[in-house]
Amino acid sequence: MNFLLRPLVALATTIALAAAPDERRSGYDIAGPEIRAMQDDDTANPGNLWVLQGETLWGKPTGAADRSCADCHGDAQMTMKGVAARYPAFDAVLARPLDLEQRINQCRTEHQKAEPLAWESEDLLAVTAFVARQSRGLPITVSASLELRPFLALGKQLFEQREGQLNLSCSQCHDDNWGKQLAGNLIPQGHPTGYPIYRLQWQSLGSLQRRLRNCMTGLRAEPFEYGAPQAIALEFYLMERARGMPMDAPAVRP
Amino acid sequence: MRKPGSRRSRQRRLGDALAAVLALLASAAADAQCEELRPFKIVGDAIPAALTETAGDATRGRAIILDRRLGACLLCHTGPFPEEKFQGTLAPDLTGAGSRWSEGELRLRLVDPTRLNPQTTMPAYYRVEGLTRVAQAWRGKPVLTAEQIEDVVAFLSSLRD
Ligand code: HEC
Ligand code: HEC
Ligand code: HEC
Repeated sequence: MNFLLRPLVALATTIALAAAPDERRSGYDIAGPEIRAMQDDDTANPGNLWVLQGETLWGKPTGAADRSCADCHGDAQMTMKGVAARYPAFDAVLARPLDLEQRINQCRTEHQKAEPLAWESEDLLAVTAFVARQSRGLPITVSASLELRPFLALGKQLFEQREGQLNLSCSQCHDDNWGKQLAGNLIPQGHPTGYPIYRLQWQSLGSLQRRLRNCMTGLRAEPFEYGAPQAIALEFYLMERARGMPMDAPAVRP
Repeated sequence: MRKPGSRRSRQRRLGDALAAVLALLASAAADAQCEELRPFKIVGDAIPAALTETAGDATRGRAIILDRRLGACLLCHTGPFPEEKFQGTLAPDLTGAGSRWSEGELRLRLVDPTRLNPQTTMPAYYRVEGLTRVAQAWRGKPVLTAEQIEDVVAFLSSLRD
C-alpha cells in the first residue's frame, strides 16, 4: 500500500470503530418500562431487601474467629466498590477462577472460620447482593491475564456448543436470535450485568448460576452443579463478553 | 511462600489451569448410550416412507404441536392456533406447510432438520445420536416417538393454503 495512504486508512478504521454503535444490550436495555421503573427505584426494587439484609450481615461478627466482614473490610462503599465487576477472578492457590459467591465463602471459611453458606441461601444471596450493589454503574472489567485464558476458551466453547435433547447452543439464542420471541419470552443477549437478580418468575432473588442452570434445563441438558468449574468458566466468558457494560445489580428481570 | 508474580509460578499456574480445562473438556464428550430407533431411509430431501404401519392422526398431531412438554413447536413458530396467545418469532409460520412440502419432506424436517441445514435452530425430534449433555431423564430417548412424528406429519400435511 502507498505509504501516504496507509496512515489515512488506519485513521479511517479508527474512526469507523469509534463510530460503530455498541450492539450490546443488557436485560435492562430491552426491558419494558414497568420493569425498568421497578429496578431504578430502591423502594420498589425487591432486590433491595436482600441488599439491606446483606448490609446487616456485613457488620455481624461470625464464626469461630468472631469477626465481621466489616472488621477486615471496613466501609463496603469504599472497599467493595468495583469488586463484583471483576469477578470471576483467578485464585492463585486453587489455580482456577472463583466467582463472587465462592470468594465470599472463602472469606467465611478462611477468615471467619465459619461454615460456607449454601448456594441460593438467603444469606449468601444477601451478602452477594450487598457486595454487587457497590459496583452499580461501574463497567465490567474482568481480568485478561494469561492464567485465565484457558478458562475463557472453555467458557466460549461451552457457550457455542449445542447441548441437551433440544440440541441448541447458548449462542444460537443469545447471539443469533436475541430480540425475538421464544413463545412468551423475549430472548435477551444474555449479559450478566445484574446478578444476583430479582426474577419475577422466581418471586425471589437468584444467582447467575441459577439462571444458567435454568437455561440448560430448558434445553433438557444436564445442568452443571452450582459452582462447578465449567459453570464458572461460562460465567467468566459471559463477563468478558459484557466487558465495559455497566453493572446494575440487583437487577429486576421477567 | 512463592512469589505470585515470578515467572516459574506463573508457568506452573498456567500449566495447572490447562490440565484442569482439558479434563473438563474430556468429561463433556458426547453421550454414548442410545436407544434403537425405527429404521428410516432418506431419499433426496425427504423420508418418503412412514415410520409406523398405522397412519398418523392429525387431531393428535395438532395437540402435540401445542403441548409444551411434547412438540413445543410454538416456542419458535407461529401458526394457525388462535387459542395460543404466545407464539415464537424464531421460525417461519406453519400456515400452508402442507402446500409447501410433501409428507416425506415434512417427515425429514421433523426427524432431523440438521440433515438439511446443519446450522438450524430447529431440534431433531427423532434422533438420539451425536447429542451432548442430555439430561438423565431424556437420555437415549427421541423428543417424539415414531407414532407422534406420524401424527404431526399428518396434521402439517393438512395445513393447505
Ligand atoms: C479476618 C479478615 C477477613 C474477614 C472477616 C473477611 N474477609 Fe474478605 N478478605 C480478607 C482478605 C485478607 C482478603 C484478600 C486477600 C485474600 O485473598 O485472602 C479478602 C478478600 C475479599 C474479597 C475479594 C476482594 C477483591 O478485591 O477481589 C471479597 C469480595 C471479600 N473478601 C468479601 C468478604 C465478605 C463478604 C466477608 C464477610 C462475610 C469477608 N470478606 C470477611 C479478609 C477478611
Ligand atoms: C432456546 C433459547 C435459549 C438458549 C439456547 C439459552 N437461553 Fe439463556 N435465556 C433465554 C431466554 C428466553 C431468557 C430470558 C428469560 C426471561 O425472560 O426471564 C434467557 C436468559 C438468560 C440470561 C439472563 C440475562 C439477563 O439479562 O439477566 C443469561 C445470562 C443466559 N440466558 C445465559 C444462557 C446460557 C449460558 C445458555 C447456554 C447454556 C443459554 N442461556 C441458553 C433463552 C435461551
Ligand atoms: C428452537 C426453534 C424451533 C422449534 C422448537 C421448532 N422449529 Fe421448526 N423450524 C425452526 C426454524 C429456524 C426453521 C427454518 C428452517 C431451518 O432453520 O432449517 C424451521 C422450519 C420448520 C418447517 C419448514 C418451514 C416451512 O418453510 O414451512 C416446518 C414444517 C417446521 N419447522 C415444523 C416444526 C414443528 C412441527 C415443530 C414442533 C414439533 C417445530 N418445527 C419446532 C425452528 C424451530
